[in-house]
Amino acid sequence: MNQPIRPLAEELAEGEARWARAFAASAGAPARITNRSGVEIKPLYTPRDWAGHGYPEALGFPGEFPFTRGIYASMHRGRAWTQRQLVGLGVPEDYNARLKDLLAHGATAISLIPCNSVFRGYDADEVDAELLGTCGTVVNTVEDMERALEGVPLERISCAMNDPSPFTLLAMLLAVARRRGVPWSRIAGTSNQSDCISHFVANHMFFRIALAGARRIVVDHIAFANRELPGWNPLSVVGQHMQQAGATPAQAMAFTLSSALQYAEDCIARGMDPDAFLPRFTFFFDISISFFEEVAKFRAGRRIWARLCRDRLGARDPRSWRFKFHAQTSGVDLTRQQPLNNVARVTAQAIAGIFGGLQSLHTDSYDEVFSTPTGEAARIAVATQNILREEAHLVDVIDPLGGSYYVEALTDEMERRIEALIARVDAAGGMYAAVGQGLVQGMIGESARNFQEAVESGRQTVVGVNAYRSDEDPGACRPLEYPDRLQIAAQLARLAQFKARRAQAAVANALGELARAAQGRENVFAGVVAAIEAGATHGEVCATLRRELGFGQPLTVV
Amino acid sequence: MPERPPKVIVTKIGLDGHDRGSRVVAAYLRDAGMEVVYTPPWQPLAAVVKLAIEEDADVIGVSSLATDHLLVPKLLSALRAAGAGDVQVVVGGIVPPEDENRLLACGVARVFHPGASLQEIADAVRALAARTREIREGTPS
Repeated sequence: MNQPIRPLAEELAEGEARWARAFAASAGAPARITNRSGVEIKPLYTPRDWAGHGYPEALGFPGEFPFTRGIYASMHRGRAWTQRQLVGLGVPEDYNARLKDLLAHGATAISLIPCNSVFRGYDADEVDAELLGTCGTVVNTVEDMERALEGVPLERISCAMNDPSPFTLLAMLLAVARRRGVPWSRIAGTSNQSDCISHFVANHMFFRIALAGARRIVVDHIAFANRELPGWNPLSVVGQHMQQAGATPAQAMAFTLSSALQYAEDCIARGMDPDAFLPRFTFFFDISISFFEEVAKFRAGRRIWARLCRDRLGARDPRSWRFKFHAQTSGVDLTRQQPLNNVARVTAQAIAGIFGGLQSLHTDSYDEVFSTPTGEAARIAVATQNILREEAHLVDVIDPLGGSYYVEALTDEMERRIEALIARVDAAGGMYAAVGQGLVQGMIGESARNFQEAVESGRQTVVGVNAYRSDEDPGACRPLEYPDRLQIAAQLARLAQFKARRAQAAVANALGELARAAQGRENVFAGVVAAIEAGATHGEVCATLRRELGFGQPLTVV
Repeated sequence: MPERPPKVIVTKIGLDGHDRGSRVVAAYLRDAGMEVVYTPPWQPLAAVVKLAIEEDADVIGVSSLATDHLLVPKLLSALRAAGAGDVQVVVGGIVPPEDENRLLACGVARVFHPGASLQEIADAVRALAARTREIREGTPS
């Protein structure tokens, strides 16, 4: 054995040829299978596909560059992921009751999904009353936030809010903290949905301000958090919207990283030090049921982001290179037919996310194809996480799929595809330019149509939809009841009272200051906080900014 | 004279912006040979009525993910009030069963749920467009 490596390679090549003949003899030529990102999947992977060469550079150890195996040394063995279920319905009192129920059943952090009227920048009295509180909580004032968070220990619970620009919900949270005597330095959580690009491109759940204004407010918000809120993650860059809109996993990862680069470069252009803001950048992804592809997506994403932060953005602090992400199981994969099957789908998706090394997880409720989740379905979703963690022992070993020939080869291939897409966006002039040209939306739309065609042609099985169908009536699944009309009427009355009894001069003054900040170069988010504390409503803040910074339209391509 | 292709408006009303469904369906109907007028989300009801009249649409498809279907009864009233009550309205998306019954009762022609095939939607829209034209030909304009 004077040349141990070469004979092994020959033996492997010979063995693989022998296996291929045996495979063909028993099953014929393998059918061509590609994953959602277009990677061709072979029936077998061997050391010839991934020999472990360059282990330190390609994988390394958990908590070390390039973080392929996880961003922390102890990962889930040290601290399991955060169980963060999205919650938002009805009026603040309804939300508060659901929140307390979830906290009692094991949730360790909270979220707040506002009513769509809030997303769009309006108060309850500016929209069709039929829609109020049907998909999120109606929160317009600091008093609404007080009621929503009644009994919740703000200094101990991390709070993620779906709070797109101009971040009025965070402003309300800060105002409530001040009223309760909780210092802002103790406030922890994340501004979910602060990624304005994803809203313009994918789900269009944004306050209708023009993109240039939205772009500036994101940076103002990050600057404010750097200064005042050490426990807050001001930016969550969202791949979830794009993947739910149809992007393949590779596209969703690539466009998300391109967006994150754009935000980071904007912050650097404002004179911020990358090591001051990058440790507080977070990500939010979808987990589809394409199991191994999702695991590889997250592993590749971690590696690419670490390199981008170190080599392109010039961050020196290893904490800046960590790719922290929250993930949500994919609602698009859920079916209305045979709805309890969705519990199995969510379980498979959640395992992929856990093996992918997530920091925080939302498991969908099986009834989300009918309505906002009912209480029972929401509890099953939380229990799914508890079972995976404590009964199935998925947290005992860090990156348990690491070293699998398949998973490593797939991670490498996903990485190549993601990097090629990032290069395309760079060539277009960055993410803002690429969405301005419709490049990103065009690719996402095409992927959505391809996937639908795969389902319609039967190439992609969807149990209960195009295979294993039954005549069972899905209507048997009882949807959530809409908010009580009387409660909505009471909420509208409270808003009117709030507006009537506040110090009007102080409100007018604060909104005037906000307008001046928007016209000039002062921090707009600081103006939002001051206006909310003075008693302005969400809708008034948004109206002021719409007036100063212009209306926005979704950037859609059909 | 060759038959004009069916003319369909694909739109979203109300507050929600999730438009994957409306874009996929619009592209499919277009590829299936129909004339499709696609709008971005958030259309005011009056804008949809105006568009239906200006475009002489046969069918309006409303895509709804987040309860915007609750406004469809108002859309139907507005169409009737504007003299465009013959336009057939279909809804696609997340529509709870009780709501579906309510929508059908107030004049929605069809409700498509997640899992409906594009072919099924196209066939239904084509048939509904033919119905709209029959009604129109039967009424003096």
